[in-house]
Amino acid sequence: MAIFDKFQKLAVVREELERHHGRFLNIVMEDIRSATEAVIDGKPVILAGTNNYLGLTFNDACIQASCQAVKKEGTGTTGSRMANGTLSGHVALEQELSDFLDRKKTIVFSTGYVANLAILSTLVGPGEVILLDGDCHASIYDGCKLGGAEVIRFRHNNPADLEKRLQRLAERKTNILIVVEGIYSMMGDRAPLAEIVVLKKKYGVNLIVDEAHSLGVLGENGRGLAEEAKVEEDVDFVIGTFSKSLGAIGGFCSSNHPELDLVRYASRPYVFTASSASSAIASTRAALQVIRSQPELRTQLWDNARNLHRRLQDLGYKVGSEPSPIIAIRYDNIDEAYAIWNGLLERSIYVNMVLPPATPDGGVLLRCSLSAAHSPQQVEKIADAFASLSKNQD
Amino acid sequence: MKEHDDVLQKILEILAVTLPEGGPEIKADLDLIDDLGLDSMKVLEILESLEDSFDISIPMNVMPGVRTANDLARELQKIIKSE
Repeated sequence: MAIFDKFQKLAVVREELERHHGRFLNIVMEDIRSATEAVIDGKPVILAGTNNYLGLTFNDACIQASCQAVKKEGTGTTGSRMANGTLSGHVALEQELSDFLDRKKTIVFSTGYVANLAILSTLVGPGEVILLDGDCHASIYDGCKLGGAEVIRFRHNNPADLEKRLQRLAERKTNILIVVEGIYSMMGDRAPLAEIVVLKKKYGVNLIVDEAHSLGVLGENGRGLAEEAKVEEDVDFVIGTFSKSLGAIGGFCSSNHPELDLVRYASRPYVFTASSASSAIASTRAALQVIRSQPELRTQLWDNARNLHRRLQDLGYKVGSEPSPIIAIRYDNIDEAYAIWNGLLERSIYVNMVLPPATPDGGVLLRCSLSAAHSPQQVEKIADAFASLSKNQD
Repeated sequence: MKEHDDVLQKILEILAVTLPEGGPEIKADLDLIDDLGLDSMKVLEILESLEDSFDISIPMNVMPGVRTANDLARELQKIIKSE
């Protein structure tokens, strides 16, 4: 068997996609003009699928901070956090995140993916157990796989199913770590965090909340779902990313456990990768200041999310019952979904199309994400494009 | 304690209702993915049904070693025994 033979099935699927849905495989952002506009196939489009919730990728202060950092400290760190890759900016950002989240310790990682890989593969190991929500992100699954802990899924957003599994483990007398997300990336729904915290306390286990899609989006101060649900003290570890509301790239873990720093020495994904470039760290620091000082961005984001959700619901699209900055429409097959996705692109609107197995239940999703940077007129244009295609909806 | 054959029988029953009609005949030693055509979503669905049937939690760690219904029955028997 040749080395690539095992990819034959994948090659067949890819060829099929190329033949019937080729445009989907070949999206290139030829020019990015703002947080909400790009050029695809030579045509300007409105971006409605970027996770750029607060629109900070083009924020003046963030760009200025990033430019200054690159001029002062160069294009990359060329080293691990454990060697030459910890610059004063990394340390400052860790302190600023701790202050923002009101936690004792923070570790900054090179990406959000690496943050999950590092924490989940290190905090628990052989003989210990991870209980994760079935709809958790691939980075959480991959982190679990990299570590040696026993990994058990519970049904998505189902505290009763979680409790059943906690009961089965009650005799085990070992460390158990529950992992959930603030807002789930595909469907935009939130974890029932207050109920999960009740179980965490009842069974004396640990809890991680990945606030990748909820940081800057939920809570009075933008600290995420734990703040909104008023359970911050009961969440042991907060994971987050800089690549969504903070508009850069990188990730972090914050905790009140003073021993969190030990992870730096035990975690291979922390040690054996280069640290984030100063430009990303500097823009993230500036973005964090914006999140703290401009709560009106969250208000704008939610106005946009509610408006689009209402319009799509009125048009008969199968959207989730609660408004969210992530609005997903589920289709049973790719032909249906592609017709709408391509129709939207023809009407100068870009949304994500997500295929299984990346979707929760095997369906195909058209996934919109809103931004505070979308003007009300842009949201209307997005909704109008969906409206012009809605004759196909049930 | 459940015998291997009881566990296997339940797996085959669940496979029969999960797989579409007109597919290959379900046998204990066929590869669940390559021969029976299950995808990862269907495998998860089957595992959840088995968890409910036997009132157990099936760790994901056991799955890389499972290719057939027989393999799965062996793993489930170990879990049932340990719980």
